[in-house]
Amino acid sequence: MKHLLSAADLTREEAITVLDTAAQLAAAAEQGVGKLPPLRGRTVVNLFFEDSTRTRMSFEAAAKRLSADVINFSAKNSSVSKGESLKDTALTLEAMGADAVVIRHNSSGAPHRLANAGWISGGVINAGDGTHEHPTQALLDAYTLRRHLCADQADLAGVNVTIVGDILHSRVARSNVLLLHILGAKVKLVAPPTLLPIGVETWGCEISYDLDDSIAGSDAVMMLRVQKERMNQSYFPNAHEYSFRYGLTKARMNKMAQHAIVMHPGPMNRGMEISADVADSARSVVVEQVANGVSVRMAVLYLILGGAES
Amino acid sequence: MGNEIVFEKSVVIKNVKILGKETTDILIKAGHITELGSNLSGDIVIDGSDCVALPGLVDLHTHLREPGREDAETILSGSRAAAMGGFTAVHAMANTNPVADTAGVVEQVWRLGKEAGLVDVRPVGAVTKGLDGIALAELGAMADSAAGVRVFSDDGKCVHDAALMRRALEYVKAFDGVVAQHAQEPRLTDGAQMNEGELSGKLGLAGWPAVAEEAIIARDVLLAEHVGSRLHVCHLSTAGSVEIIRWAKSRGINVTAEVTPHHLFFTDEVVTSYDPIYKVNPPLRTAKDVAAVRAGLADGTIDIVATDHAPHPAEDKDCEWTSAAFGMTGLESALAIVNATMIKTGLMDWAAVADRMSINPARIGKVLDQGQPLKVGSPANIVVFNPNIEIKVDPKATQSGSRNTPYRELTLPGQVVATVFRGKPTVVNGMLAN
Repeated sequence: MKHLLSAADLTREEAITVLDTAAQLAAAAEQGVGKLPPLRGRTVVNLFFEDSTRTRMSFEAAAKRLSADVINFSAKNSSVSKGESLKDTALTLEAMGADAVVIRHNSSGAPHRLANAGWISGGVINAGDGTHEHPTQALLDAYTLRRHLCADQADLAGVNVTIVGDILHSRVARSNVLLLHILGAKVKLVAPPTLLPIGVETWGCEISYDLDDSIAGSDAVMMLRVQKERMNQSYFPNAHEYSFRYGLTKARMNKMAQHAIVMHPGPMNRGMEISADVADSARSVVVEQVANGVSVRMAVLYLILGGAES
Repeated sequence: MGNEIVFEKSVVIKNVKILGKETTDILIKAGHITELGSNLSGDIVIDGSDCVALPGLVDLHTHLREPGREDAETILSGSRAAAMGGFTAVHAMANTNPVADTAGVVEQVWRLGKEAGLVDVRPVGAVTKGLDGIALAELGAMADSAAGVRVFSDDGKCVHDAALMRRALEYVKAFDGVVAQHAQEPRLTDGAQMNEGELSGKLGLAGWPAVAEEAIIARDVLLAEHVGSRLHVCHLSTAGSVEIIRWAKSRGINVTAEVTPHHLFFTDEVVTSYDPIYKVNPPLRTAKDVAAVRAGLADGTIDIVATDHAPHPAEDKDCEWTSAAFGMTGLESALAIVNATMIKTGLMDWAAVADRMSINPARIGKVLDQGQPLKVGSPANIVVFNPNIEIKVDPKATQSGSRNTPYRELTLPGQVVATVFRGKPTVVNGMLAN
């Protein structure tokens, strides 16, 4: 792997390698090994043009646990806020000798530009671009699903995953649909028609407008965050109606299969797409997703930076 | 307009096929074609072997950026690019800074065009003051000015207020003007980045739906019918728009429509690269739309090809997609693209190309002395084009002030060998004449 721009960049075998590597790294961490040495002397830049404390911290923790040097570059307190272009920022990072750039950007495709425009030579990891993709989120979700539903083995063949909410604007949904299909899972998308993109019928998923119809057959229900700014754009009448029709309530959760889990990429709007008692229930793996995020990002950094070389 | 200094030397174009038909020499003296035949001679000799001759091309839709964005293009650099593309007249769009919404600004553009002296620069006047879509600009004053404006457009923005559009259509009848509409329903295209379809959903880019264009065109043809006015539709891009224009013409509505070379050539698949060189408004559409606009151009539903030449400085394209400017250059490549998409495919012949790129746009824009058949007595506005040379596009070689050509590195069929403007060669041997 040179870059990780899209979940679709991965073959089934590569995806499984990431998950297996993450499992090994997590096991090492559990044994109290502390910092691992493979990325000593390598520099990872977290280039965040969008506020995202949790994703940046996750990547930072992952890089540091592999002994990499980490530079955090937040657009808000930098020359970018003075009008510096992505290109000039990239040229600066290149001059500083960045071995990998982890980029979060509000413009869909910005990581593709960074990787392909000839501005930098290092690896590029997409940490979320606009409404396009968030491949490491999909990997950590796959890791979490595999741990709970497949005993940490191989792929996700035959697993039924239901993704609920704002599919239209969700980079998490796009990456998950691609990766879950690569790993053999079946995906169902549930949303009001306004929050499904044109052309979604070509994604190879079952589509439903009705959450109640979709609960019982799911091995995992993944709830997506509804952004505050959607509230005033007539995608749905109001938060109350959204919650009533598409929120995961305790009553709906009780219809889930015994083994089924509840997921959410965070941050949650409690009381909106997910009720507090569901979020805090035994089925919820939300906190575990965060922990798994660090392991999966360690695996991605390790594989992209060719940790074995050093 | 016809009072320019007359070029003294005689010019002869040897062994050229007018409209791709029989081979002849064309003798030009004092700005006019004086003789057709064989073994003609003149002071300046242009070899037209293997070439077709067409009446000089007329672009109804060009962004020359001056005044205001001389870093992207000037009237002189844009005129050079136009000549290199075989054009002898261009219409300079009104979205400059200041906006071309007064007689003063259009006269400035017109005068700078005359000073450049390479093509007729016909200023387009804004429909509304400052392109703000609220109040009519001084349409009559611009029409009566030395620039003699006949085409009015808020291009870049849609005249979306139906009542204002109605008034504009009515008002310009007094001087046989035409409103050229940039058809884009603004609320349906808020933040839009690319064609809305399967690909926009996958790429996570906000969609620009076909209906946002078609809804405005449908409304405008009905308005034009109601008030009995002439309407021109800019850069039509969808299969549905072609259908609406076809229907409107069958009803006898006085509407004309244009398509750009890039909408004849590219589909939205190229956006997969996220390279903003392909970012343009209206956006590149699907293969079905490309087939429909080609068919519409071939059957005459679409009257003209217009470039929508939109130069931008490098920094406005060398960035991430959503930050990039909309638009691509197109003057120098237009004829090669029409050759590739319409001639090589067998959809049109050279007479039809002359119709769509010279005769019709001159008629719509009321440009005197342009779009005339190449016969004895006609003004000598001529393009000589070799349709069978393969040329690799080098953005650095452009005469335009900007290099944002989407055809860079592509090998295109055909080259403008010579352009003659009012009897004077502006391009000879594929290079600007000095």
